[in-house]
Amino acid sequence: SRKVDSRTIYVGHRPCPTTEALIPPKFCDNRIVSSKYTVWNFLPKNLFEQFRRIANFYFLIIFLVQVIVDTPTSPVTSGLPLFFVITVTAIKQGYEDWLRHKADNEVNKYLVTVLEDGRRARKESEKIKVGDVVEVVEDETFPCDLILLQSSREDETCFVTTASLDGESNHKTHYTVPDTEKNLESLSATIECEQPQPDLYKFVTVFSRCVVFFRSLGPENLLLKGATLKNTQKIYGVAVYSGMETKMALNYQGKSQKRSAVEKSINAFLLVYLCILVSKALVCTTLKYVWQSRPGQDEPWYNQKTQKEKDTNLYLKMFTDFLSFMVLFNFIIPVSMYVTVEMQKFLGSFFISWDKDFFDPEIQEGALVNTSDLNEELGQVEYVFTDKTGTLTQNNMEFIECCIDGFQYKYADSGTELDGFCVTDGPVSMLQQKAGREKEELFLRALCLCHTVQVKEATGQGDGVGDGMIHPADLRGFIASSPDEVALVKGAMKYGFKFLGMESKNMRVMNRNNDVETYELLHVLNFDPVRRRMSVIVRTKSGDTMLFCKGADSSIFPRVRQEEVDRIRMHVERNATEGYRTLCVAYKLLSSEEYDQADTGLREAKLALQDREEKLMAVYNQVETGMSLIGATAVEDRLQEEAAETMEALQGAGMKVWVLTGDKMETAKSTCYACRLFQRSTELLELTVRTLHSWAKSKPVSAFSVPPRSWSSANQDYGFIIDGATLSLVLNSSPDSNSSCYKSLFLQICQNCTTVLCCRMAPLQKAQIVKMVKNSKGSPITLSIGDGANDVSMILEAHVGIGIKGREGRQAVRNSDYAIPKLKHLKKLLLGHGHLYYVRIAHLVQYFFYKNLCFILPQFLYQFFCGYSQQPLYDAAYLTMYNICFTSMPILANSLLEQHICMEVLMDNAALYRDVAKNAMLRWGPFLYWTLLGVYQGLLFFFGVRFLFSNPALQDNGQVFGNWSYGTIVFTVLVFTVTLKLAMDTRHWTWINHFVIWGSLAFYMFFSFFWGGIICNQKRVKQIKIYILSLRFVT
Amino acid sequence: MKEELETANRPDNTAFTQQRLPAWQPMLSAGIVIPGFVLIGLAFIGIGVALFIASQNITVLEKDYTGVEITSDCYKCSNPSDKNCTCKLDFSLSNLFEGPVFFYYGLSNYFQSQRSYGVSKDDYQLSGDLDYFKTPISACSPYQYDANQNPIVPCGSLANSMFNDTFKLYQIVNGTKKLVPFDGKGIAWWTDYNIKYRNPSVTPLKNAFNGTVKPPFWSKPAYELDTSDPSNNGFVNQDFLVWMRRAALPDFRKLYRRITEGDYASGLPAGNYSLEIGYNYPVLSFGGRKKVVFSNVSWMGGKNQFLGIAYLVVGSLCVVMSTVMLIVYAKFKFPEDD
Repeated sequence: SRKVDSRTIYVGHRPCPTTEALIPPKFCDNRIVSSKYTVWNFLPKNLFEQFRRIANFYFLIIFLVQVIVDTPTSPVTSGLPLFFVITVTAIKQGYEDWLRHKADNEVNKYLVTVLEDGRRARKESEKIKVGDVVEVVEDETFPCDLILLQSSREDETCFVTTASLDGESNHKTHYTVPDTEKNLESLSATIECEQPQPDLYKFVTVFSRCVVFFRSLGPENLLLKGATLKNTQKIYGVAVYSGMETKMALNYQGKSQKRSAVEKSINAFLLVYLCILVSKALVCTTLKYVWQSRPGQDEPWYNQKTQKEKDTNLYLKMFTDFLSFMVLFNFIIPVSMYVTVEMQKFLGSFFISWDKDFFDPEIQEGALVNTSDLNEELGQVEYVFTDKTGTLTQNNMEFIECCIDGFQYKYADSGTELDGFCVTDGPVSMLQQKAGREKEELFLRALCLCHTVQVKEATGQGDGVGDGMIHPADLRGFIASSPDEVALVKGAMKYGFKFLGMESKNMRVMNRNNDVETYELLHVLNFDPVRRRMSVIVRTKSGDTMLFCKGADSSIFPRVRQEEVDRIRMHVERNATEGYRTLCVAYKLLSSEEYDQADTGLREAKLALQDREEKLMAVYNQVETGMSLIGATAVEDRLQEEAAETMEALQGAGMKVWVLTGDKMETAKSTCYACRLFQRSTELLELTVRTLHSWAKSKPVSAFSVPPRSWSSANQDYGFIIDGATLSLVLNSSPDSNSSCYKSLFLQICQNCTTVLCCRMAPLQKAQIVKMVKNSKGSPITLSIGDGANDVSMILEAHVGIGIKGREGRQAVRNSDYAIPKLKHLKKLLLGHGHLYYVRIAHLVQYFFYKNLCFILPQFLYQFFCGYSQQPLYDAAYLTMYNICFTSMPILANSLLEQHICMEVLMDNAALYRDVAKNAMLRWGPFLYWTLLGVYQGLLFFFGVRFLFSNPALQDNGQVFGNWSYGTIVFTVLVFTVTLKLAMDTRHWTWINHFVIWGSLAFYMFFSFFWGGIICNQKRVKQIKIYILSLRFVT
Repeated sequence: MKEELETANRPDNTAFTQQRLPAWQPMLSAGIVIPGFVLIGLAFIGIGVALFIASQNITVLEKDYTGVEITSDCYKCSNPSDKNCTCKLDFSLSNLFEGPVFFYYGLSNYFQSQRSYGVSKDDYQLSGDLDYFKTPISACSPYQYDANQNPIVPCGSLANSMFNDTFKLYQIVNGTKKLVPFDGKGIAWWTDYNIKYRNPSVTPLKNAFNGTVKPPFWSKPAYELDTSDPSNNGFVNQDFLVWMRRAALPDFRKLYRRITEGDYASGLPAGNYSLEIGYNYPVLSFGGRKKVVFSNVSWMGGKNQFLGIAYLVVGSLCVVMSTVMLIVYAKFKFPEDD
C-alpha cells in the first residue's frame, strides 16, 4: 500500500507478480517548463503584467481620459508613446521568453535511450516516464533524476559532476544499487521513495526486488538531473523523479527582481511631479471658474456655448475641466523617460561585457552581465561582502608543512625562516628523525588513507577536468571532492607515501621502501560541515582495525587527549595566522568489540528510512571519540591576483569590506592581513565563542555588558571579528527585549569598523548578515561577491551580486547580476564603470525632469492668457515629438558616452568614488537645482515671448503673429535651450555627441520648416534665431 | 582551434566598445572664458543698441474709439441696438508720419485664444471641400446650422465673429476732406492665402454657396465680402484671413490696411486727419475696448523696446561677469590645471 508521503515506482513498469494488480501511478512527464508565456496567452498575460507597473498604468489612464473626455490634445499624443513603450517591452520580453522556449525545447527534445521491453529505443527526453530505464553515456547530462542500476565500470560506480547544480566541479562517486541482477530486462523491482523535495543531499529510499530483498538507498545512488556523467562509459538508471519534480527543477528559484536606488529616486521625483501636475490642474480649474464668474466672461457673444454645454451639470463640467488640464499638463511626466532609461541601461550594459580589461585569457571569457537594471548601483556600493575562499584566495591548495607530534616539518624548497625549536628542512624522502619514525609513518599513512580521493586513470589527454591535476612525476591525477584532500595526498607523496588507488575495497599505499601496503576500507564517515571532520575505518593486513580522522582543530581537539593537544595547538595557531588552512589528524585503534558495535550502528543507521542523518551523526560522534592526535597539516591557499590592491582601492573609495567565510578565524584573519584589509595599526575587536567564554568567566552576566570601549580617536581603524556561533547568538537570541538591542549594538559596532570579518559562517548566515546591513538605518547599498554555491544566498540577498567565474562551478555566476573572471576586475567594475553609470543615469533622470518641466510650464502659464480654456500652447506634433524626436537622442547619447572624468583617472583616484556616494546626484538638493532651473527657464521662455508679443507685428511687412506662432517661438527657444544646456553639460565630446546634438537641432529646424507651413517665411526664421540667441544667454 | 576560440570570446578591441572614442574635452580655463564673455557681451550690446535705436525710430499713434466717454464722438454708437452707425475720430500730426504707414485695429479683453473658440471652425470647409459645405463638422456648433437646418458657411464662432468695423481716413486739406487711399493687399499670411484657405473651384463662386447661409453675425455672404475686387472674396478675403489667424493674447492688434499709395507713399504729412468709422462691432458687453493704431515698421517689425533692452541687459551682464571673473582671477591666480 502506498503511503501519502512516498511514491512507489515499478522498475521498467513491470509489476511484481506477487503484489496486487498494478495500478499505474500517475506522475508528471519529464517536460521542463521555464518559459512564462505560450503563443496564446502571451498578449493578455504580458499586457496585464506591463500595466501592473504604476507608470504604465498612469499613462493608460491618461490615454483613456483623452479618448473619453473632450480634451485639448488628441489621444495620439499620449497613446503613441505608450504604444511604443508597451510594444518595445513586449518584444523584449517575448524574445527572452522565446529564448527560454528554445532552451526548454533543447532539453525536452533531446534524444535519450530508453530500455523498453528489452529493446533500446530512442526517445525525446520529455517523454521519459517515471519507471523507465534510461541509458546515459559519458559526458551526457542526466535527463531526469535516476537511480543508478548498472554502470560500465567494474567497481559498480560512476562519476558525476554536479557543477550545474551546486557548483562543485569535482567528480563525485555514485554507486549502483547493491546486488542487483545484471539482466535489467528481467529485473522487476519496486522502489519506494519519498515525494519530491528540493534538498539535493537528502534522499531516502528502499529498493525491493519482488523476492523479499530490501536495499536502502541514499543520495549516493541517486543521479540528479542536470549533473553530468564523467569518466564512465555508460550507465543505466531508473527514473524516479521527472520533469518539474526533479530536484533541479524544485531548486530552481526565479531570481527576485532587484530594484536600484536610482529607480526609487525616480519614483520619489515622480511623486513630486505628480503633485505639481495635480496642483497645476487644480489651480487652473479654480481660476477658470473664478474668472468665468465675472460678468461677460463666461459666454461672450463671439463665443457662444452649445446647447449641450449649457445643459451639463456644473460639477461634472468642473471635473472634466480638471481632467482636461491633467491631460494638457501630463507631459510633465514623460513616458519616454522610462523608455530612455531602459534603453540606456540595456545598451550601457554592453560596455561591461565588451570591456577587454575584463577578459581573462585563462578561462577565455570576459565579464557577463545578467541584469542591466543595476548598472548604476555599481557606483553606489557602501558595503562589500566578500567570500574568502576562491574569491580573495585562489582555492589552489599547496601542501606547505606539517607538524607531527609537536615537531614541525617543512618541505625543503620553501625557504621561509623557521623559529628555533622547529625542525628545519628535511630531504624529500627523509624526514628528520625527531618525532620518531613510527609517528611519522603513522601520520603519513593517515594522510594516505583518510580521504575520498580517487586516482584518475592515465587515459592520456581527454578530460583534464576537475581537480584531477596531473602530476608530472607519474602521469596520474587525483579526483577529490575538495582541493585540500588532493593537496594532502600529494603532500604525503612528497614524503614518500604514495596513494595508489582503490582496488575493490582495498586501498593501496606505497610506502617509503616502495612496498605496497593494502588496507581494507571498511567505512567512510563522510565529511560534513557541521562535524567539520571526516574519518575512515580501515583494516590492516595484520588484522588491526583503525580509524583515521582528520578535521578542523576545533572539532578534533575535544576528541583527543589534552596533553597531545597542547603540543600541537601552537603550531596550528601559528600556521593559521600565516594564512594557511590547517587540519588536524588523529587516529584510534579499534578493538573488535568496538568495531562490531560501530559497524552494526552504521549499517542500521544507513538502512533507516527516517532521520537517517541524525542517526548516522550519532554513530559518527560515538565512534570518533577518544582518539589520539598525531599531527597537523598546513595547506596554503594563494591570494588572488591583485587582491590586496583591489581591497585597498575599495576601502579608499569609502566602501566597507566585510569578509564572510566558512573558514576558521585564524586563517581568515591572516588572509585579511595579507589583503591589507587589516593593517598593522588596526585595532582588532574579537567577538567569538572563545572570547565569550573568557568574559563569561570574569563577568558572568552577559558578554554584552562588558563596558563598551570608547572609540578612542577618529583616526584609529578598527577591525571586528565575529564567528558564526556568536553571530547566531546575536541574531537569533531569545525574543526578549534585549535581543533587538544586541542586534543594533552589533550593527553599530560593525558600522564603526573599517573591516569586519565573519568566520565560520553557514551560507544562510551570510545572507542574514547582508540582510541585516541592507535593512539598517540609511539602507546602504550592499554588494556581495563570491564564487561558490555557498555564496549564492548572499549574492541573491545583496543589492548587487557579483559572481566570480572561478573553479567552483557556475552556480554563483548564474545567480549573480554581474560575473567577472577575477577579483581584480571588481576595481574597474565599481570605480570605473559603476561611477560612470551612476553619473550618467543620474544626469539622465534629472535632465529629463528638467526638460519636461520647462516644456510644460509655458503651457501652464498660457492658460492665464487664454481664459483657462485648456488651449495648448504648442502644436500637437510638437507635443508628441518633443520627447521622442527633438530632445531624446542627445541625452541618450550623452548618457551612454559621457565620461566627466576619464576611466583611468577614476581608477587611479579611488576617493573620487566618494563624490557620488549616497546617491549624491539624485538627492533633493540637485533635484531642487534642476527643478528651479526648469522653472526659471520656463518662466523666461514664456514671458520673454509674452513681452515680445506686446506688439505682435514682428516682420517688416507689418503682418501680425498669431497664437501658433507664439507657441512655435517658445518651442523653438525651448528645444535650442535644453539641447544647448546638455551641450554645456557634456564634458566628453565624441563624434557621436556632435552628430546627435547638432543633428537633432537641424532635424528640428528641418521638420518645423515643412510642418504645416507654420514656418514658411525666411525672415521669420531669422527673427527667431536672433531671439533664441538672446534667450540662450539669459539662461 | 584554440586561437579560434580566443577570437570568438575576446571582446572587440575597438575604440567604441572600449569607451575610448577620441573625444574633445573642453577645458573652461580663464583664458577662454573671460575673453569669451567679453566678446559675447559686446556683441549683444551691439545688437541691443541696434534694436533699441530701430525701435526708437518707429512712430506709433494709438486711438481708442470704443466710445466709453461721453465726449467721444463714438459714444453715440456704443449702444449695440444702433445699427449702421458711423462716427469719426479726429487727430492731427505735427510732423510727417514716415511711411509706409501701417493701419491696425486693436481689441482688448478679447479672447481669441480660447480653445472652444479656436476649434470652432471647419478646416475642410475652409480649404474648399464642398462636402463640408453641406455638413459642417460639429465643432462649429452652435454655428453649424441655422434655425432652419441650413448649413452655415463659413461655420463656427471664429468666422462668425469676424471684425466688421470699417474705416476711411481723410486728410483735412483747406477744409476739404481728401481720402487717404488704403492698400488691402498682402496683409494676410502667405501660407493662409496660398495654402490653408482655398475657395471651391466653382465659377461663379456664388454657386458654391447654394443651399448654405451666411454666418448670422455677418451682413454680407462670404462671396460678397469685397465688391470692388472679385478675387478678394470667399475664404481668401484678406480681412477674413487676418481675422482667422487667431491672436495669441487677449489684447491684440490686427493689420487692417497699408498706406502706400499716391501722395501718402512716403508717409502721412503733417496736418489734420479725420477717421470715419463704420461702427458695427460690439465689445462693451464683455468689457472690451477697440482702438486703431498707425505705425511704421523697421527691419525688426513694429515698435517693441523689449528685445533691445533684453539684449542690452544680457550683454552688460556678460561684461560685468567677465570683469568680476577677471578680478577674481587676478586676485587668486588659479593655476591653469586646477
